[in-house]
Amino acid sequence: MALDRIVAPLIKDAIDFDIQLKPYQKFALDNGVEVYAYEGGAQEVLMVDMVFDAGNTYEPKNWVAAATNFLLKNGTSTKTSFEITDAFEFYGAHLNRTCTNETATVTLHCLTKHFESVIPLMGEIVSEATFPEKEIAILKQNQIQRLLLNLKKGDFIANRLIDEYLFGIQHPYGKYSVEQDYKNITREDLVAFYKQYYQEGKCVIFIAGKFPTNIQALLNKHIGQLPLNKKEIKEQAHPIVSATEKKYSIVNDAASVQGSIRLARPFITRHHPDFPATQVLNNLFGGFFGSRLMSNIREDKGYTYGIHSFLQNYKHAGVWMVSTDAGKDVCTATIAEVYKEMKKLREELVEEEELKLVKNYMLGALLGDLDGPFQIISRWKSYLLNDLSEEYFYRTIQVVRALQPEEIIALANTYLNEEDFYELVVY
Amino acid sequence: MIQFEKFQLDNGLKVLVHQDTSTPMAVVNVLYNVGAKDEDPNKTGFAHLFEHLMFGGSVNIPVYDEPLQRAGGENNAYTTNDLTNYYCQIPAENIETAFWLESDRMLSLAFSKKSLEVQRKVVCEEFKEHYINKPYGDTWHKMRSLAYTQHPYRWMTIGASLQHVEDATMEDVKDFFFQFYRPNNAILVVTGNVQTEQVKQLAQKWFGPIEAGKPYVRNLPKEPVQEKSRSMDVRADVPLDMLMMTWHMGGRFDEGYHATDLITEVLGGGASARLYEQLIKVKQIFSSIDCYHFGTVDPGLLVIEGKLVKGVSMAVAEKAVLEEVEKIKNNILDAKEVQKVINKTESVICFEDMSIMNRAHSLAYYELLGDADLMNKELSMYQKVTPAMIQHTAQQIFQDSNRNTLYYYSKS
Repeated sequence: MALDRIVAPLIKDAIDFDIQLKPYQKFALDNGVEVYAYEGGAQEVLMVDMVFDAGNTYEPKNWVAAATNFLLKNGTSTKTSFEITDAFEFYGAHLNRTCTNETATVTLHCLTKHFESVIPLMGEIVSEATFPEKEIAILKQNQIQRLLLNLKKGDFIANRLIDEYLFGIQHPYGKYSVEQDYKNITREDLVAFYKQYYQEGKCVIFIAGKFPTNIQALLNKHIGQLPLNKKEIKEQAHPIVSATEKKYSIVNDAASVQGSIRLARPFITRHHPDFPATQVLNNLFGGFFGSRLMSNIREDKGYTYGIHSFLQNYKHAGVWMVSTDAGKDVCTATIAEVYKEMKKLREELVEEEELKLVKNYMLGALLGDLDGPFQIISRWKSYLLNDLSEEYFYRTIQVVRALQPEEIIALANTYLNEEDFYELVVY
Repeated sequence: MIQFEKFQLDNGLKVLVHQDTSTPMAVVNVLYNVGAKDEDPNKTGFAHLFEHLMFGGSVNIPVYDEPLQRAGGENNAYTTNDLTNYYCQIPAENIETAFWLESDRMLSLAFSKKSLEVQRKVVCEEFKEHYINKPYGDTWHKMRSLAYTQHPYRWMTIGASLQHVEDATMEDVKDFFFQFYRPNNAILVVTGNVQTEQVKQLAQKWFGPIEAGKPYVRNLPKEPVQEKSRSMDVRADVPLDMLMMTWHMGGRFDEGYHATDLITEVLGGGASARLYEQLIKVKQIFSSIDCYHFGTVDPGLLVIEGKLVKGVSMAVAEKAVLEEVEKIKNNILDAKEVQKVINKTESVICFEDMSIMNRAHSLAYYELLGDADLMNKELSMYQKVTPAMIQHTAQQIFQDSNRNTLYYYSKS
């Protein structure tokens, strides 16, 4: 029989897959710091994530949290910046720092066999960093130059402004630094922030990969004796002050050949009962390559290299954002098409086939996202830091599987209304 | 150690299988032995444009993405100067869907007029987004044409000019497809929760009937040895001065390749590397600086590029870089520094090999180089590099006559 290339091979629907979030192990260090662990993987590598309540929501003035986080490894009481970096790099280990809104993280990636050699250093930088004046000066200078460069980019400007419109310039989710903020930082600011939010701060640890057998003892020795988690850290409430004007068009560079488009509305968090279902709606709308926005605006009209819709999950708020860079002469047309797609979702029932495709895509992607120890612990980290549990994971899967076209229309009528969206184009 | 099995179909398609039963997923990776370097100098950007067209429907399947997504799969592709690679990740139980899709587009594209029209526009927007509407976006365009006079590495994968992409005709597209996208010019790699026997059956069933094409014999112009240093001044609306230097280096099979890779690590690999420590931290001449190399199959370039601290002159910056370069030529590295860069390399290899996706990419790439098992020998190649080899290689590469320099000035 000739090979039939027209008819697709039989598939097992991803909605019928048994998707599990494998459980973590948990233990506490002597000082009460909790360690969430997932052991697995074929490679002899591991990662350690120390997460502090030290994000920019806690900073007394702009950039203090990020600068403190960045300079953790630029000098301790016994080592220079170079000695610290060289010591990590000698073992092929990577130490990364990231500062976000609520948390600031120090992440170590290393070969399992070198863990014992590098973990003392990790303990040292979170307890004995010194913030040398010279290091601060270099960071400021380079940061200002980086800002000058970024200010030339339309997408950078667009990302800052859209957050400001949504939350207000005072809010941790809406604020950003200007040149003067970098200049205003003093060593005292960093030392004080470090003492309160790192040395005596609140910390939780996530580890994943292949562990050395004595990992608990090593973590205890180098981190378990530090004076962490003794004091309560209060999160300040920050009022949201959204802009009243909704539509903006800004010329950053008159010679620009594209416009950076952002359409965004305030949105619910993952704790809202509608959230799991809106993920399906988001995917259908613009959340993956086969989405309506991509099919229409890239694949049919060729206005852009890519257009994406995504749900931004902050701890205390959400944002629904549509983001693209489009040719200068087609920006207006692009925005009109985005609104047309919203309208279609509000007024026309989605076909069963299309909905099933989106569901299968989402659950197949989820299966892939949970492949590997780092991916599993990262999922848990995202849940635990946001007060979500595995109940949320399994409920989401259930909701995705069961969602009906009528529910999609109802959600679109609640959340995808043109008048709720801020609209920005930066040329 | 990455285990794999290898076989070949009668039509010349090479197939590699790597089993990992710890994952529910599988990756199907098809590498075509065609890159931007194989393009006609008057029709550049084609290999990359093609990457886009490969998603515009094939002879029996109107759209590529939908059936894959319906089966819970995801896909993407990339084009380099040396190769084009397509890959999808899919729940292992639905792997046949990937065979069906990939084999149909190898059989023949649909050659839809609409797809060509739209993707020409999309690629033009990509060109604008990355190379025009971005400060310093034209750097590589300029550097490549300065450093190469003959070899097709002188243009970027996106193309030498927007015009070439805009002018692409359906005839060009068909010719390109039937010249390069043939089973005997491709490597299929399957990794993940699969069995060799199963892959054999599926490969035979779906790819077996595709006819072989005329063998592609690559005969690219060689870049002559550069005999005099070259430079170019650029003035543009950028906030900071930038300095970029490149030196010709050996290709992937050159005996100095691994030593060259380690040289870039010593100079530019991370915040304890020499350029960062000396030029950003100690002397504060640059606000950012990197050192890396092309890693291309044919002889590539070793690159040092950095943005100057405001107020520092180009001449001072250039002198400071060259001083570091002289040091690595004149002084032998101590054993500890060599050990460090080898340790780093070991770590990079281990982390890279974590996912079945990366393992698939690597197996395909090393098979393209001649033998997938080279992947497992890579670390030992680095371990064999001695301080003397590093110095010798540095002396060969870092010659003034071999250098190309781009002085990129801020207008403001």
